[in-house]
Amino acid sequence: MENMIKVGMADLAVCKYPDALTTLGLGSCVGIALYDPVTKVSGLAHIMLPDSTKIKNNQNIAKFADTGIEELIKQMIKIGASKTRLVAKIAGGAQMFAFKTSTSQANDMMQVGARNVEAVKAVLKKEGIRLLAEDTGLNYGRTIEFYSENGQLLIKRVGKESKTI
Amino acid sequence: MANINLEDMNSMQFDVLKEIGNIGAGNATSALAQLLNIKIDMSVPNVALLPFKQVTQSIGTEEDVVVGILITLDGDVNGMMMFLMDLKSAHHLVNLLMGADVNKQDEFSEIELSALNEVGNIISGAYLSSLSTLTGLSIISSIPSTTIDMAGALLSVPAIEFGKIGDQVLLIQTQFGENDLVKGFFLLVPELDSYNKILSSLGL
Repeated sequence: MENMIKVGMADLAVCKYPDALTTLGLGSCVGIALYDPVTKVSGLAHIMLPDSTKIKNNQNIAKFADTGIEELIKQMIKIGASKTRLVAKIAGGAQMFAFKTSTSQANDMMQVGARNVEAVKAVLKKEGIRLLAEDTGLNYGRTIEFYSENGQLLIKRVGKESKTI
Repeated sequence: MANINLEDMNSMQFDVLKEIGNIGAGNATSALAQLLNIKIDMSVPNVALLPFKQVTQSIGTEEDVVVGILITLDGDVNGMMMFLMDLKSAHHLVNLLMGADVNKQDEFSEIELSALNEVGNIISGAYLSSLSTLTGLSIISSIPSTTIDMAGALLSVPAIEFGKIGDQVLLIQTQFGENDLVKGFFLLVPELDSYNKILSSLGL
């Protein structure tokens, strides 16, 4: 019997075949799905902010791109993944609200999605993990489901057709 | 100077925040009622400190499609205010405003979206001006921005702002409704420093 494991905001989880991972309603946050195609060990992180070193209160490591991905890799290795085989798919990082006349503060707030995506890519590169596919940016929310069976990432959107990357 | 620690707030501070939610939302609700010429009731506000994971659950599920109107706050109080409604309510509101058939549920037109934005403008203005009068603080609000999408995705925006200072979000939330026809939530999400300012301006 396969389970669909729910990953919340600023949260991460790993699983083995046949389980699947999901995170609901990604906005400016980014969902990072890592996969080891040989052992089918899968991991999903839902990060909120780009960089833990820029924030004083950074105990929650799943909240940040840098520490979140690092921890995800660690947990995947623990249940049988090999780091050299890991591949990644990412989704999210949307700009949910648009302001026509914006103060610098509002601007900063609205750009966080793009900065999250950028940070995630940089961390993946640093860790030597290949990014296979992405569905990022734009202005809509996403629910994602990640299947350990084949490493496919299903992306659901409001009023648009779902797609698989 | 009050120094608020979100993890360790006393009941007095909680009550004051609750009252702020009450007065602000009360004014906003009556502005809305006047605009629509209908009677709207509101709930006693709920002030809660929630972990990120539970923020959306206080309103519905992450995937519920809702209308979100976001206003950013500047001046003495920084942060944001969000006004959330389910789709049915938003349609009802717009139909009342535009004099359309109240049962119309088509996709929103450009004009209807603009009307929703204006509703956001009026009620957030009423909310914030009462907060400003109460505290003597100047609050400058941005032009509202309206988005229709999953609740989780919309709420990620204030949650990320809070993520910069902690792992929990302080929500001042009020529900309002008119015989189940218009149902929505106000969320006031000030930055941590602004809580201090609000509380100390009230002598706490």
